[in-house]
Amino acid sequence: MGGSGTMAGADTAGPGAAAFIELDGVEKVFDVRKKTGFLKRERRRVRAVDGLSFTVARGEMVGYIGPNGAGKSTTIKMLTGILTPSGGRLRVAGIDPSRERTRLAQRIGVVFGQRTTLWWDLPLIDSYRLMHRMYRIPDVRYRENLERCVELLQLGELLDVPVRQLSLGQRMRGDIAAALLHDPDVLYLDEPTIGLDVVSKAKVRGFLRDLNAERGTTVLLTTHDLQDIEQLCSRVMVIDHGRLVYDGPLAGLHEAGESERTLVVDLERELPPIEAPEPARVMRVEGPRQWLAFPASASAAGLVARIAAEYPLVDLSVREPDIESVIARMYAERTSA
Amino acid sequence: MGVGSGRLYAAVAAGGFRRYATYRVATAAGVFTNTVFGLILVYTYLALWDERPQLGGYDQAQAVTFVWLGQALLAALAIGGGGFEDELMERIRTGDIAVDLYRPADLQLWWLAADAGRAVFQLLGRGVVPFAFGSLFFPVALPREVSTWAAFLVAVGLGALVSFALRYLVALSAFWLMDGTGMLHMAWIAGLFCSGMLLPLNVFPGALGEVVRALPWSSLLQAPADVLLGEAAPLGTFVFQAAWAVALLAVGRLVQSAATRRVVVQGG
Repeated sequence: MGGSGTMAGADTAGPGAAAFIELDGVEKVFDVRKKTGFLKRERRRVRAVDGLSFTVARGEMVGYIGPNGAGKSTTIKMLTGILTPSGGRLRVAGIDPSRERTRLAQRIGVVFGQRTTLWWDLPLIDSYRLMHRMYRIPDVRYRENLERCVELLQLGELLDVPVRQLSLGQRMRGDIAAALLHDPDVLYLDEPTIGLDVVSKAKVRGFLRDLNAERGTTVLLTTHDLQDIEQLCSRVMVIDHGRLVYDGPLAGLHEAGESERTLVVDLERELPPIEAPEPARVMRVEGPRQWLAFPASASAAGLVARIAAEYPLVDLSVREPDIESVIARMYAERTSA
Repeated sequence: MGVGSGRLYAAVAAGGFRRYATYRVATAAGVFTNTVFGLILVYTYLALWDERPQLGGYDQAQAVTFVWLGQALLAALAIGGGGFEDELMERIRTGDIAVDLYRPADLQLWWLAADAGRAVFQLLGRGVVPFAFGSLFFPVALPREVSTWAAFLVAVGLGALVSFALRYLVALSAFWLMDGTGMLHMAWIAGLFCSGMLLPLNVFPGALGEVVRALPWSSLLQAPADVLLGEAAPLGTFVFQAAWAVALLAVGRLVQSAATRRVVVQGG
């Protein structure tokens, strides 16, 4: 998480200056009224975010993941100042978002993948002209940034097309450009690749990677697409039931989720299950082929050598755990716990 | 509010204008509808004023003028609805309002600017032709003095402001009601009846007439019409309209801050 080394820090002076985004015990409680009868209503308190604490340094690119309803979007909305936390302390660039929403708006860019900030009926360029006025971007800087976004996001031929005629991928690129024209220090992306095809996803990811590398823009990314995280983020935070259940490098998720790799072994003939050393075990036998599971953190070498020595081995392959099942297991464990 | 925000809201208004200008077929269909409605109402009024000359203090030419004014202002002042409020309610219902809220702009001013752009377009695009048609083919009572026309335009502007303020309140109700269809229907009926769209308000006798003429909706059609027809003093009319505009905009502002503070923004 190398961002801390290049901290400017001047505008976030005071305690915790190294943190660009700072949450300390943040809570958000909603009162939900449910109809339980003809006139009866039941009031229920829902803790969408429940004592959330984390910091993000300037220039970091962090994945923020969790199942539906975990509190991801609520967090993003508090970070933009749209929602006021019910408790705890929250700062972005030293600003309390809900109290100084307008001042903070100049420093942040937001892309909600399922919503658009663009003017539906008008050519794309009209929305950008509006951003120019809204964020009071100096003319020179506006032109430079627009040119850059148009080039990198390949928007040149789309500028005069009404937004309603754009494909989803084109619209998403248009929305990302709209969020960046005022040079925000931090970019919140809520599902930026949702519904996009493979090519569009690759374009969006490539652009975000360059943006982070060249401009040092801090990026907080919520997504259901774990490839977004794998390809972009060195750090991932997992939230569930409004609490942080994991915060660290993506690789560490395997250990945290106790994930397993699979060794697939082809023997010369059908044999009883291999007597593998603990903790490896046979999961499945199908004719001469057997599947063994072993911890992702352990080396496969010893296991392979042992099997090769004791069994008539024809072929083998190792399958890496996929991160989705790791996280799915994490969610499941927390729900059953 | 500096020069910067002035330029922002000017850009929003220009966008509102151009958004409606995009839909030319819809505009042409609207012109046709307004003209047909105007014809139906004109013949109804002519029959009525034949039986009861000087009804409500209008002569026949004034009554006919009133009809075509109504058709000219119906879309521009969104007297029966059909302005920004449908879109704003939909954005509240779907949660797209989140996008509007994190912007460094004021929600009420933003929608006011957008609706002003729409109103100017619809006044030109949908108002002028039916009015010109009516003036050509029917006996109308139009003033000769430029000052009366100027006063009329001011009254139309103030009417548009009152109309916006009313519809802003209707739209914000979606924060609590989610489905605002009922509110829209109520606003539609109130708009048509209380503005004088069905019959000029000065026709209604007694207490009903007094009440309906004092309600904000009379700023939409009755007030500008009376200024144009020379039936009301411009200054008094302006004061009446401006008072309603200020009061309703202030209530809108209060409701807005209550809505954004304590209501959940829909959707993930």
